[in-house]
Amino acid sequence: MVKQSLPKRVGIAVLGWAAAFVLFFPLLWMLLTSLKSEPEAVNPSLTFTPTLQSYGEVLARADYLSFALNSVVISVGGTVLALALAIPAAYVMAFHPTKRTRSTLLWMLSTKMLPSVGVLVPIYLVFRTLGLLDTRIGLIVVYTLMNLPIVVWMLFTFFKEVPHDILEAGRMDGARTGAEVWHLLLPLTLPGVASTGLLSLILCWNEAFWSLNLTSSAAAPLTAFIASFSSPQGLFFAKLSAASTVAVAPILVFGWLSQRQLVRGLTFGAVK
Amino acid sequence: MATLRLRGLRKSYGDAEIIKGVDLDIADREFAVFVGPSGCGKSTLLRMIAGLEEITVGDLFIDGQRINEVGPADRGLAMVFQSYALYPHMSVRDNMAFALKLAGASKAERAAKVAEASRILQLDAYLDRKPKDLSGGQRQRVAIGRAIVRHPKIFLFDEPLSNLDAALRGQMRIELARLHRDLNATMIYVTHDQVEAMTMADKIVVLNAGRIEQVGSPLELYHHPANLFVAGFIGSPRMNLLPVRATGPDPAGVRVALPGGGEVVVPVDGTRAAPGATVTLGIRPEALKPGTDGALAGEVSHVERLGGLTLAHVTVAGGATVVAQIEGSAPVRTGETIRLTIDPGATHLFDGDGRALPHRSRHPLAA
Amino acid sequence: MSTLTTSASAPAKGRRFNGLPFIGPSVTVLLIWMIVPLVMTVWFSLQRYNLLDPTVTGFAGLDNYEFLVTDPDFWASLTNTLVLVGSVLVITVVGGTLLAVLFDQPFLGRNLARLFAIAPFFVMPTVAALIWKNLMMHPIYGVFGAVARALGLPAIDWFADYPLVSVILIVSWEWLPFALLILLTAVQSLDREQLEAARMDGAGAMAQFFYIVLPHLSRAISVVVMIETIFLLTVFAEIYVTTAGGPGNATTNLAFLIYARALLQYDVGGASAGGVVAIILANVVAFFLVRTIARRLEV
Repeated sequence: MVKQSLPKRVGIAVLGWAAAFVLFFPLLWMLLTSLKSEPEAVNPSLTFTPTLQSYGEVLARADYLSFALNSVVISVGGTVLALALAIPAAYVMAFHPTKRTRSTLLWMLSTKMLPSVGVLVPIYLVFRTLGLLDTRIGLIVVYTLMNLPIVVWMLFTFFKEVPHDILEAGRMDGARTGAEVWHLLLPLTLPGVASTGLLSLILCWNEAFWSLNLTSSAAAPLTAFIASFSSPQGLFFAKLSAASTVAVAPILVFGWLSQRQLVRGLTFGAVK
Repeated sequence: MATLRLRGLRKSYGDAEIIKGVDLDIADREFAVFVGPSGCGKSTLLRMIAGLEEITVGDLFIDGQRINEVGPADRGLAMVFQSYALYPHMSVRDNMAFALKLAGASKAERAAKVAEASRILQLDAYLDRKPKDLSGGQRQRVAIGRAIVRHPKIFLFDEPLSNLDAALRGQMRIELARLHRDLNATMIYVTHDQVEAMTMADKIVVLNAGRIEQVGSPLELYHHPANLFVAGFIGSPRMNLLPVRATGPDPAGVRVALPGGGEVVVPVDGTRAAPGATVTLGIRPEALKPGTDGALAGEVSHVERLGGLTLAHVTVAGGATVVAQIEGSAPVRTGETIRLTIDPGATHLFDGDGRALPHRSRHPLAA
Repeated sequence: MSTLTTSASAPAKGRRFNGLPFIGPSVTVLLIWMIVPLVMTVWFSLQRYNLLDPTVTGFAGLDNYEFLVTDPDFWASLTNTLVLVGSVLVITVVGGTLLAVLFDQPFLGRNLARLFAIAPFFVMPTVAALIWKNLMMHPIYGVFGAVARALGLPAIDWFADYPLVSVILIVSWEWLPFALLILLTAVQSLDREQLEAARMDGAGAMAQFFYIVLPHLSRAISVVVMIETIFLLTVFAEIYVTTAGGPGNATTNLAFLIYARALLQYDVGGASAGGVVAIILANVVAFFLVRTIARRLEV
């Protein structure tokens, strides 16, 4: 690259940071508001005395922990289940492809295109019949299936990068399929498998169509908890901000950690 | 230690047949080399023996047991890959111990076997390194060590030296030959390099387009090539091949007319070379020497001086070029006309189908 | 030969490997997940079926569809859906491209700034919607109102006066980082020598952008457009927690309409007919997306 002139470089830095600031501002403001007291929170001003009072109140709410626990259980459950189903499938497609592998992959992708709203009615009715409404198991099943195509695709693109020779050497060393996957493939693709898991966690954690429609209280995750602040009697800005900050922070860290690999997963390997 | 028997082996991918019927026996403790040009199917054949490629048709026996349906993990063979295929996330020690660990060997046994292999291969100092911290030659030795620790029935090598530089390759050739003697093991070695084949093999299997062209000891192939393909493939520089006409029978063999008017008697059985038939004359480059009474004359078109010897490219009447391998100090110069004498014992004759006419006597080293 | 067979060209096949036990579970559950609800949606859309009124039963033929297309709410929701999808696409793709080129330039703290810029994508939709509605756009308590008052301008009651624009703003804020992330990755894969060659040929910054960078990005942009479209067709939570489709039907999109039909009015038949429309709409997009990705897929 040709070295650019100083004013130009300063200009670019200012522009870049300005863009980052504008995009991040609502989250920054959320953080600031969460540190205000409730009366200060309704006043959009920068002068206030920081307090953790709202966090204390949110965390003290008996139901908060239940919502948070639901989010954790459902996200982890959906991710573990999706990985368990997807790892064998991606292994076979990457290392023992057949004539049908290509069309299978594309078909899996196409199931992702079915808009959730299009099948809301039957899923709702089936869940009602099976007693799965407002259960963690119900949401875990939905999230597993919702993310399975992405998880398979992402693992497939990571697995494809492992040289066949290494797995074949393992076979010659006496490794059956299980040992081959466990001792060789997974250790070799650990960063990829981890970021696949993180993406699944992020998508489960933030999902807000099925969680709003299929749960009411017992299995409702944080998305639903936050939504409950939308009612007029729930307008407590500081508490809303504190609850939101707590709900967003962990997943934001996951997202930052895996941003590079996410691109691949979100675009089904079309952009690397 | 084991014997290997291949019967009617075929391999196809869809409509494309890669291996077109291979029958072969490899004896216990034999060092067999599969050699042939790119795409001849030698690696595929090795991988079929390994169990990494499915056998489409035919039978594969190890020690008399048919093992077509046995997976690579259960065949008891070890393979050294061209890329070495070391496990990048494991130390040298763990790379070598992996097979033993899978087989359920005790810690003490694993340690003992790894120690033995690393002593043989002089890897003791590197046992705790990862493959990425090793040189090419060291990686190569780890790959071999990984095979040694298992005491496999048969060692399989897939072009193991092709990623090394020339000096290291020469050294590893000697080490592998020594290893074969010390371990007393059956080995199958795939290469496209006929020097590796000639220097290491007990038995060379020349493959071309999915078929075996000839099987034999290195000198058997060199002195008694079965056909034009083997004649051209084995030996460096290549055998000179000249289209000639058989002029008549001779008590010593078949008399052929050389370009430019000379004649030579090739000591082969002439039943398939009627007078007047067009045949191909093969002359090893070392069988051509400058001499004033030489039967072949031509203009020196190019001289390659290798120091110890000289390769003279000579254009003979009719436009064909022959290569003569002569003394390093021979005073030939580009542009001059020279005569070349032919040692009839190092000449070969091939019929119109490219098959060799059998020599009347066997070479003493190729019995 | 050996290099090729063992690694790249022909995928190594061992003895006939039976992959069914490995791939079967995934395929089976996805097949059920796709087929059963799809068939049920189509079936329900042809039925008289209301959860509140069990007496309403029987085959309805195309009545549900007829009712749907004669309902002004449906057309409003379709228009809102298309306006929402279209506006967000334009904002995110144009903005994302510009930001991608900007963040491709080296500047102090670039990596940190990029982390801040992509953060909104990882925010759950209900949080995004509520902090925008209450902390940003609230006419009295929001930052926008405060800024407007400080400048002596009247504060805007965003959700009352410009409800759809407000929703578009929120959704764009969520998806702009996605476009940035993907397009930045694509920009960075551009061969620097191409740009240097163009500069040698006398191309200025604009020429480089339009003749080198943009064509290089075209495939990534089409992927962004298609993936966003799939998600944007079914924007729900943002509307659910801010406007609940209102005022009137000003922010009712197809997703919200179906939700309202099904779970507020319990009209299963009508909601299913809407669902079929949504599926058809998504499939038009999906067809192109799958085709684009298939072209790049190496098995």
